[in-house]
Amino acid sequence: MNIALVSEQAGAADRAARTASPLSVRGLTVSYGETPALFSADVTVRGGAMTAIVGPNGAGKSTLLKAALGVVKPLAGSVAVFGQPLSKMRDAIAYVPQRASVDWDFPTRVIDVVMMGLYRDLGLLGRVRAHHRARAMACLERVGMTDFATRQIGQLSGGQQQRVFLARALAQEADIYLLDEPFAGVDAATEKAIIAVLQELRDAGRTVLAVHHDLTTVPTYFDDVILLNREVIAAGPVDTTFTEDALQTTYGGRLAPARMRAHGGAG
Amino acid sequence: MLADALLFQLGYNASLVTLGALLLGIAAGVAGTFLFLRKRALVSDAISHATLPGVGLAFICMVAMGGDGRSLAGLLLGAALSAGIGLLCVQWLTRRTRLGEDAAIGAVLSVFFGFGIVILTVVQTMNAGRQAGLEGFLLGSTAGMLRSEALLLAVSASLVLVLVLLLRRPLTLAAFDPGFSEVTGWRPGLIDLGMMGIVLLVTVVGLKVVGLILIVALLIVPPVTARFWSERVDVVVIVSGVLGGLAGYLGAAISATAPALPTGPIVVLVSFALFGISLLCAPGRGVFASMVRHQRYQRRVHLRQGLLALASGQPIYERLTHRLLRRAGWIRADGVATADGQAAASKAQLDETRWALVRSDRAYATAAARYDGLTAIEDVLTPDQLSDVDARLAPPQAVT
Repeated sequence: MNIALVSEQAGAADRAARTASPLSVRGLTVSYGETPALFSADVTVRGGAMTAIVGPNGAGKSTLLKAALGVVKPLAGSVAVFGQPLSKMRDAIAYVPQRASVDWDFPTRVIDVVMMGLYRDLGLLGRVRAHHRARAMACLERVGMTDFATRQIGQLSGGQQQRVFLARALAQEADIYLLDEPFAGVDAATEKAIIAVLQELRDAGRTVLAVHHDLTTVPTYFDDVILLNREVIAAGPVDTTFTEDALQTTYGGRLAPARMRAHGGAG
Repeated sequence: MLADALLFQLGYNASLVTLGALLLGIAAGVAGTFLFLRKRALVSDAISHATLPGVGLAFICMVAMGGDGRSLAGLLLGAALSAGIGLLCVQWLTRRTRLGEDAAIGAVLSVFFGFGIVILTVVQTMNAGRQAGLEGFLLGSTAGMLRSEALLLAVSASLVLVLVLLLRRPLTLAAFDPGFSEVTGWRPGLIDLGMMGIVLLVTVVGLKVVGLILIVALLIVPPVTARFWSERVDVVVIVSGVLGGLAGYLGAAISATAPALPTGPIVVLVSFALFGISLLCAPGRGVFASMVRHQRYQRRVHLRQGLLALASGQPIYERLTHRLLRRAGWIRADGVATADGQAAASKAQLDETRWALVRSDRAYATAAARYDGLTAIEDVLTPDQLSDVDARLAPPQAVT
């Protein structure tokens, strides 16, 4: 809808960029109640790179991920995965939700959780065969959790739980990995293990997009950054985008409603 | 007498009822598991109470059209329709207003039930209504169960089992992690609708057996009981079905032994008895098991602290510690360490010293995370790592 406002040539260039990008959103606006949690966000994620979504609390970081995944219904805007609508490209996306969003007393073991990553392949009635199990175990191996395969998930530490969820995402064998605060409340060893796996994915040409809250590690962990405070403040390679000024703008108090409207109206 | 009932020897009607309760128990146990895991168990209470106006209105309609009014198919159709409307009301109130699901359930349940009672009273005043026996839907009435009713239960139970088998993966995912379910392409909203549809089916066909007030017990108690016995969804579902079936079968058999014993309530009581046994005796999650675990843990803590106190030559004040050390043969009655005790104490001390080094070294971060003051370091480090630690602790400390 916002594309209509852009000139003809820019529109063509934009379309080309969208087709190439593993994930791009245009004019994405989400609100819980009357105030927008995310306002007219335009994001084009670079393929084969690791991108961090950074911003203050309540900036709409998780909302951006959830709306991009279709978990939250946006008020306006569109999402494209490799230029296609999301519903056609579900297989391309893997997701690691925030740890708090799950029922930890659920009767399920570590290996069962990883198997959930294969549900799309298995379908409703597909038999679980030896090669499925081997694939799930291989994913556990990559996050260093093989010894815990038969534990109930509630018995794990926060870091271990996070690794299991990463293993489930690995089992999805997707092109794009979306992670919601993967390093929140995890121990140093887990953080190291997770980042190693993510970098492996990136080096294999996959795309990683993670909500991240630790500003100090952004330059070492990530290639690109999206600075977000209800709207996209800046986006691009860490070297040029992750600047003092841009961070000041992102974290410097709330935006006046008038400015927000002006910004939204312009594009 | 009970043995006869259990072996289907108490006549045609009692056998039908026992078989029907068995099938209903299995279906309700299986269907209720996902309701329980999705933490929406009470929605079934709203559904069951919302059947009542439908039953009454269906009766009135059928009489008005010149029919018998007691046709079970018609009554159950009415029940299903009004339960469906009640369910939609709960969904709508929860999604579109600021009411929580608990308040929505309370409102729908009481309003529909009240309305149903009013209609039932009206039916009582009708000429055709007096012998209708509609109050049997409240607490169940199995006295005149027909072959067709047992057949209906059998068909419905099979249908429930097939549906759950078909939907087991989406149902599991929606209950465990709705966000991930959405990403996988299974919309949690639709899956919930399917789940509620299954529950509605069980509720409606179960009305005549246990009644609308108690059907919720068949849906909730078996899964809660089964949860004590397993950490796996598929196992919980199966155990829940078995427990539900067992409760139905035993309950119906017991109630068949005496004319005054109502089937539904007895089934619920049997189900509760199974719950009580599981609550107390289940390994892992049961009360006794966790008491034993707690006590064992407490003893380990006391022993460890006692040994460390011995190693550093401090007196032991706590009586439990004293007693445990005595029983282990590590101290004499006057509190002085035996030779065994000294050996154990210096081993505990060495363990602590090794742990201190491991915990202060970032290279051992993974191992250090497993420190809990009780685990022996030999169980965490490999022999190579251990000799590395010991080398760095050198010169070896003399045992005092």
